[in-house]
Amino acid sequence: MTAGRFTSLREASLLAVIVALVLLVGWRAPVFLTLRSALDVANESALLAILVAGQMVVLLTRGVDLSVASNLALTGMVCALVGQAVPSLPIGVLLALAVGVGAALGAVNGLLIALCRLPPIVVTLGTMAVYRGVAYLASGGAWVSEQDIHAGIKALPRAELLGVPLLIVIAAGVVGAVAAWLRWGPAGREVRALGNNPDAAVYVGIPERTRLLQVYALSGALAGLAGVLWVGRYAIAFTDLAAGYELTVIAACVIGGVSIAGGIGRMGGAMAGVLFIGVVNAALPVIQVSPFWQQAIAGAVILLSVALNAGSQARTRARQPILEKA
Amino acid sequence: MKALGRWEGMLAGLILLLYAGFGIGVDGFLSPYALADGTVNVSERLVIAMAMAMLICAGEIDLSIAATMALASLAMGLAMQAGAPLPLMLLAGVATGAACGLLNGWLVTRRGLPSIVVTIGTLSLYRGLALVLLGDQAITGYPEALSTLGNGTLGDLVGVPWLIVPIEFGIAVLFAGGVAVWMHRTVHGRRIYAVGANPVAARFSGIAVDRYRLGLFVFAGVAAALAAALLTGRIGSTRPNLAAGWELDAITIALLGGVAIQGGRGSMVGVMLAALLLGGFTFALGMLNVPGIVVSTILGALLIGAMVLPKVLPAPGSRVG
Repeated sequence: MTAGRFTSLREASLLAVIVALVLLVGWRAPVFLTLRSALDVANESALLAILVAGQMVVLLTRGVDLSVASNLALTGMVCALVGQAVPSLPIGVLLALAVGVGAALGAVNGLLIALCRLPPIVVTLGTMAVYRGVAYLASGGAWVSEQDIHAGIKALPRAELLGVPLLIVIAAGVVGAVAAWLRWGPAGREVRALGNNPDAAVYVGIPERTRLLQVYALSGALAGLAGVLWVGRYAIAFTDLAAGYELTVIAACVIGGVSIAGGIGRMGGAMAGVLFIGVVNAALPVIQVSPFWQQAIAGAVILLSVALNAGSQARTRARQPILEKA
Repeated sequence: MKALGRWEGMLAGLILLLYAGFGIGVDGFLSPYALADGTVNVSERLVIAMAMAMLICAGEIDLSIAATMALASLAMGLAMQAGAPLPLMLLAGVATGAACGLLNGWLVTRRGLPSIVVTIGTLSLYRGLALVLLGDQAITGYPEALSTLGNGTLGDLVGVPWLIVPIEFGIAVLFAGGVAVWMHRTVHGRRIYAVGANPVAARFSGIAVDRYRLGLFVFAGVAAALAAALLTGRIGSTRPNLAAGWELDAITIALLGGVAIQGGRGSMVGVMLAALLLGGFTFALGMLNVPGIVVSTILGALLIGAMVLPKVLPAPGSRVG
């Protein structure tokens, strides 16, 4: 249980850093402490949170999904094109389409990883290029611009549920459901066990291939959902949508204490990572620091947070090669 | 640790097939000038792919290698603006590359962090620093000699006009050949494979595992600086997004060349052949006006295909070196 206490300590210190950051920025620019600005940060972070929920589950199995941003772009493009062709389509169908297409693309990753036993980083590196290329081929390289986006998709980010923006409601629902699945669902607990010790997991009868397939399909489905929401939020669909965003997603997980070596990580921590990136990105323009600093700061924070976590990471790492060569 | 085997034979066959196929299908593809031009886009990638292959063989990875290129190019540009002559500019680039590699290596070996996480972090950090220092500006006005390095031919150097092999390609092949000999013919190379195959056993056999790891990261930084010098000379400018995404190209080349992502296995000759194959392929599709994104789609599919085929075919191509 030391691992559990260690993670919550980590999360507490990360939250303390975020609070300190918010107060510091608020002291320089009081506008940052308003509800309006908090809602902005939450809205900005909602899409990242959805993607992080999926990525975290993949990381728990010792895998990684580098294709999420390409999946997002392809699914977003498919939904934009279908919505453009059939403007009368109800939004529910488009949402289902997004989740379906995303899950199918994720399942392709899962099949290659679980059935062909290929390393996740290589498979998703390949599908990252392929999915984005298919998005280009599907659109012929053209943009689907604001007036051609399905009205229902555009309305999504502006909609509210009991005064809370729909994006935040959706993100909270997704994150809550995945967290509950990991915590209480037998399959979710098996996923964590699989990442903690794959050999032992197979010995106790955990269906490794099925779980891996499910995990990548889940990550894909969430990427697809994020895709249609992204298209709605920015009212545009093009091939390079969210290019490179997979690194931000992984960064949020790592900052939040999810171990790349598998088995370690909590949803609360991952969400603190999302919040941190959201706050930093929102704070820089407010205190008039050039947005060019965003990437460098994210990098430094990743290094700092993994270095702080060195103890637990080193243990996992030392354990790993022996297990893998066994 | 055989340098040549079934996989390399297949790659060589594919290269022949590619050149024969496009030679018949595309007018002018086999003309000497087109062939020389076709090596240009692959030269810089070959340099970083070799370093990447060495790291993967040792069980590590460097995702920050392209970002290191951007910083090294930036260092050369800043040195130029400070009035440094060409040798000092190159030194600044190499020193920056080595420093970037040293930070990666230090974090991996001394702090015991997984290289994939470390280099995702430094990828952001290095690329971010380049952005902070340059903003949306570009550095141009590099000296003539650097441009010759990137655009000249070996024939210009020795005064033989018909020798139209680009200098870049000569340097890249020399570099790659050196790496291949080092990995396959020296004890250090064998130790690097041993480190990747089983670091614990390697340590118990008396190999200074962490020293090799650290050395490889620094070497990757220096290779990135070399690639940056070639690329900067060729395009004549430094931008913060220089070589963006090339880390993935380097990994694709290494894996297509038969290097096992788990470490411990892979032939450097295979990596060189894979670079030639991808370079020729990219150039041929370019001549056919196929957009770059479609080319990278095909490369992605090739990468997966190269992994799936040996698993599906009865005779596995993944032989133990």
